[in-house]
Amino acid sequence: MFDSLTEKFTGLFKDLSGQGKLSEANIKEASARVRRALLEADVNYKVVKDFAAAVEARALGEDVLTSITPGQKFVKIVYDQMVETLGSVNQPLALSPQPPTVIMVCGLQGSGKTTTCAKLAKHLSKPGRRIMLAAADIYRPAAVQQLEILSKQVGCDFFKLDSTDVAQICQEAKQEAVKKLIDVLILDTAGRLHIDTEMMAELERVQKTVKPQEILLVVDGMTGQDAVNIATEFSKALPLSGVIMTKLDGDARGGAALSLKVISGQPIKFIGVGEKLSALEEFHPSRVASRILGMGDVVGLVEKAQNVFDEKQAGKLEEKLRQQSFTLEDFAGQMKQMKKMGSLSDIMKMLPGGMSLPQDAAIDDKALGTIEAIISSMTPQERQKPQILNGSRKRRIALGSGTSVQQVNQLLNQFEMSQRMMKQMMNSKGRGFKMPRGF
Amino acid sequence: MSIFKSLKEGLSKTRQGVLGRISELFTGKKALSASEYGELEELLLLADVGPRAAEKLLGSVKNGDQELTAIERLKREMLAILAANSNCKLQIANFSDKPQVWLIAGVNGSGKTTTIGKLGNMLTANGSKVMLAAADTYRAAAIEQLELWSKKIGAGFVGSAPGADPASVAFDAVSAAMSQKTDVLLIDTAGRLHTQKHLRDELVKVHSTIAKKMPGAPHQTLLVLDATTGQNALSQARLFSEAIPISGIVLTKLDGTAKGGIMLAIAQELKLPVVLAGVGEGVGDLKVFDAEEFVEGVLG
Repeated sequence: MFDSLTEKFTGLFKDLSGQGKLSEANIKEASARVRRALLEADVNYKVVKDFAAAVEARALGEDVLTSITPGQKFVKIVYDQMVETLGSVNQPLALSPQPPTVIMVCGLQGSGKTTTCAKLAKHLSKPGRRIMLAAADIYRPAAVQQLEILSKQVGCDFFKLDSTDVAQICQEAKQEAVKKLIDVLILDTAGRLHIDTEMMAELERVQKTVKPQEILLVVDGMTGQDAVNIATEFSKALPLSGVIMTKLDGDARGGAALSLKVISGQPIKFIGVGEKLSALEEFHPSRVASRILGMGDVVGLVEKAQNVFDEKQAGKLEEKLRQQSFTLEDFAGQMKQMKKMGSLSDIMKMLPGGMSLPQDAAIDDKALGTIEAIISSMTPQERQKPQILNGSRKRRIALGSGTSVQQVNQLLNQFEMSQRMMKQMMNSKGRGFKMPRGF
Repeated sequence: MSIFKSLKEGLSKTRQGVLGRISELFTGKKALSASEYGELEELLLLADVGPRAAEKLLGSVKNGDQELTAIERLKREMLAILAANSNCKLQIANFSDKPQVWLIAGVNGSGKTTTIGKLGNMLTANGSKVMLAAADTYRAAAIEQLELWSKKIGAGFVGSAPGADPASVAFDAVSAAMSQKTDVLLIDTAGRLHTQKHLRDELVKVHSTIAKKMPGAPHQTLLVLDATTGQNALSQARLFSEAIPISGIVLTKLDGTAKGGIMLAIAQELKLPVVLAGVGEGVGDLKVFDAEEFVEGVLG
């Protein structure tokens, strides 16, 4: 497997922590490894250079050398530097007090603009707020249709106009929005190359005509070194107000985030984390830095849970997690609501070390039904104390759930593993900065 | 105009970019100083070659035939890496086995549907009777997008209903291609991130369904990669080829400033050949990829 950035860092920090004290040479070596890890994560070469130099200077300046736990101290410095570089706080969208707020979405072909527009509409939806999606991509075949279908799925207004003048389309969309008392108008522009002067000029015309409050650049989270060129050219042409990174549900390390922030100077506002329209998350620099450094995204997990569970239930779950008394019964009870949180593998990814979840521990989302069946075939006692499951009990459960003893065993193994991971997560006390284990 | 000339033109931005600087800086030089090696490394890294492949390339520049200039040594090594797979060229006419069934896969937004349109056009221009099949039943309006392409290039079309089982769409398409004496059937699949196991499984099912319907098919399984993608392209290529046997890579969006250097790492590690290159937005902007011309074009 391709080593994830997290693994790389974990390895690096393990090595460092093995040593009693850090020398200047050690810091150089550690910083060289930070550089390589970041390069493999697609952070731009020049950004990496500056980043590593900053980390080194900070490490040498602070008391790392004499620190009792130099490994921890070094991790903290890398973490702090990364959070700082990414921007210390999340910056929400600026909704105009005088509606409609116009949001213009632009980017390269295939970066995910149309899907992101629909996700944004869904994200901004709330009772009493009217949202309209407008199709300004007149080039790609069926792009208008795609947005129309998506707006139906979101349940918001939709605008299209048969014209070859994109600025006119956007202007009329705005007039329509004013007439219909729309609160937020989202303009989906066509994908274009940042070096296509004609197409870039089209965007400038739209911007000057409609004067959007937010201009968001959508960038594929898997983008390599080119992220710098993209950010440079788009911010030259348009007064960007933020960046959205997409496709971060894969194994891309998303190092481009670091480059984009540095080059465009604009905050990353959202990340796309899945194909469902609800799979758009606010970008939290500290959280992403934690994820990169292998500390898991516990805050994100709890927040995700809160979106789905009601307060009381969420509190209960948190309490259960804290007391480590999360049983198979809870597992079954939460199963249906868990489905609403997105795929299990998504959730697993948020746990510390989750990115490197071993293949045999991977939970197939389709297997959820089987898991439910198995757990329902257990007695309450068995669900509370899976240790009592012996051969004959397992045979009975397998028979009752229409599965095999192997499948029952598999479930028990998976449960045990996730229990262990939750334990680990709670040991790190959830919120806030805390070293991964093994330091 | 030879196809390679236009490939070269499409790549001209690439050439003028980072890798172009390589020849500018190092032409005629046999030995390089440590700082020149550093500079060369920077150039390779900026071209998305990646730290590992860059290291190997630099090693061969250091240890290669000292009679050659450094840049020639670099070219030779890049060629060797890419040429290791050049026996797997994509045949685009005079098929002995018909209908040819080609399956196209890739992550979201890599350019699968557009590639199919352009590829269909290329095949039609070479006298083949082409059919396009929409097995992307997930993305909104993907079916309509492909249908518009089929009209544009004069190809047959097998549609589907949104949400339909892609494997059964593929099955129907192969049946239709067989009965309608089609030369080449191009099957579009939904974009999927390589890390989603259930979607990989779906692709495996589509692949085996095609093979069951027609022994020997699919004759080509092409993976579409976006040249803008960085190191993750390697992971994409690896995981896709673990699921289904990939016969070649289509590298798209080479008309931008992205260098596509990750291809060297992919060729080196996975021995997958690049067979086609997307070099523009026009319907004719898909070229047969040639490793030698590519390296020549890139290093110029």
